[in-house]
Amino acid sequence: MTAKPHPDDRAPAPIRAEALEALLTEKGLVNADGLNGLINRFVNDVGPMNGATVVARAWTDPEYRERLLEDGTAAVGEFGFAGPQGEHIVVVPNDAKNHNVVVCTLCSCYPWPLLGLPPDWYKDPAYRARVVREPRVVLSEMGLNLAEDVEVTVWDSSAENRYFILPERPSGTEDMSEEELAELVTREAMVGVAVVGSPT
Amino acid sequence: MRFGLSYVGISTSCLGDLTRGESVDGIHDMGGQHGWGSVAIDPDEKVFASDWEARAFAMGAMSAGLSGTNLDAFRHALERLHPLEYLADGYYGRWLACAELLLVDHGVLPAGAVDARAQNLLGNEVSEPTETSGEKPQYERNGSGSIRSIEDPHGFAVGDRVLARNMHREGHHRMPAYIRGHTGTVVALRPAAVLPDSTAHFTAEDAQHVYTVAFSSTDLWGSTAEPYTLNIDLFESYMEPTS
Repeated sequence: MTAKPHPDDRAPAPIRAEALEALLTEKGLVNADGLNGLINRFVNDVGPMNGATVVARAWTDPEYRERLLEDGTAAVGEFGFAGPQGEHIVVVPNDAKNHNVVVCTLCSCYPWPLLGLPPDWYKDPAYRARVVREPRVVLSEMGLNLAEDVEVTVWDSSAENRYFILPERPSGTEDMSEEELAELVTREAMVGVAVVGSPT
Repeated sequence: MRFGLSYVGISTSCLGDLTRGESVDGIHDMGGQHGWGSVAIDPDEKVFASDWEARAFAMGAMSAGLSGTNLDAFRHALERLHPLEYLADGYYGRWLACAELLLVDHGVLPAGAVDARAQNLLGNEVSEPTETSGEKPQYERNGSGSIRSIEDPHGFAVGDRVLARNMHREGHHRMPAYIRGHTGTVVALRPAAVLPDSTAHFTAEDAQHVYTVAFSSTDLWGSTAEPYTLNIDLFESYMEPTS
């Protein structure tokens, strides 16, 4: 049954969050340390730097790239990247002729072990609604203008497969180390709403 | 993005018993909708905009376990929120509301307990309910996570033309409205997984094969659509062969 809306005089969300935490704490079901541990994991330990590490390795090690495209879950697991929302990782390469972009129109499915929690724009109704209908317009609003001859593919993550974009390595990076390359890679490029630019 | 109820100009007190059964054609099924405005990236965004959102995330993430339910039931709880409430407090407001819904439905917290405690925190002395109803679901899981090995032969192969069934199932499922009734091509076989339609309602796992199916933009949106390919993952029972 769909829940009824709560009355207008309902307490604001921050107070309701405090109330829920108090009730669960009194029942011994949660404690501050446990909640803080989970929060800190996604603030400090798991985020786009994980994905950037994978991308930089794929750019510098052709055999790794092959393994990554063949079995994403196993290849990212070589770095220990695994866990919730990463049960089956599929890596899709972008290049000058093929551009892939990922969305979840039904909720906000996202490859947590590689990118952390999704950013606001990914959860925004505007992105969820429109990128499956007018992807070039949406990408342009987000700062990415694709040439007309680029083939665009939009991936709607409607099941438990999590799609991760391997961006194209930019020119002018031939002498850069793996660590330096990882610094260039953005979250947006690993979802497919941006490309990785040449270093300036 | 934030939507207060006053922002959309509707007083919830006038909505009465406006409920919609369990139809899945709800606010969450956003693919293709018009009217949501433009998309912008905030380069300075933090993981959590405020402390309460972080707490709501953590409690939301734990709520399926605490209520004896599962990820699919959590997603279904998101879909069961009233459409105004789905939008009212943003993404983690939704998680908070879902955590409360699952914990009340499955007998962990009394109905109204969170609202009553919140009023007490605000200094309004109200009595707090103590009686829970509902219980944790009893059903068999055959493993952790969602992916399963199954013996069933694949019903479809890469290259097959398939119809996304024009299904209008009550309750939870993962077939967006914008795909239904359209014909696409299987482009990849994915690991079998538990069927969310079943696990969200605790009836069984009903693991099925999953396929990535490609649809042409002009098939979905008409001849004036931008040229692109839409790839989406469909469970085997969502598909039928084209004749």
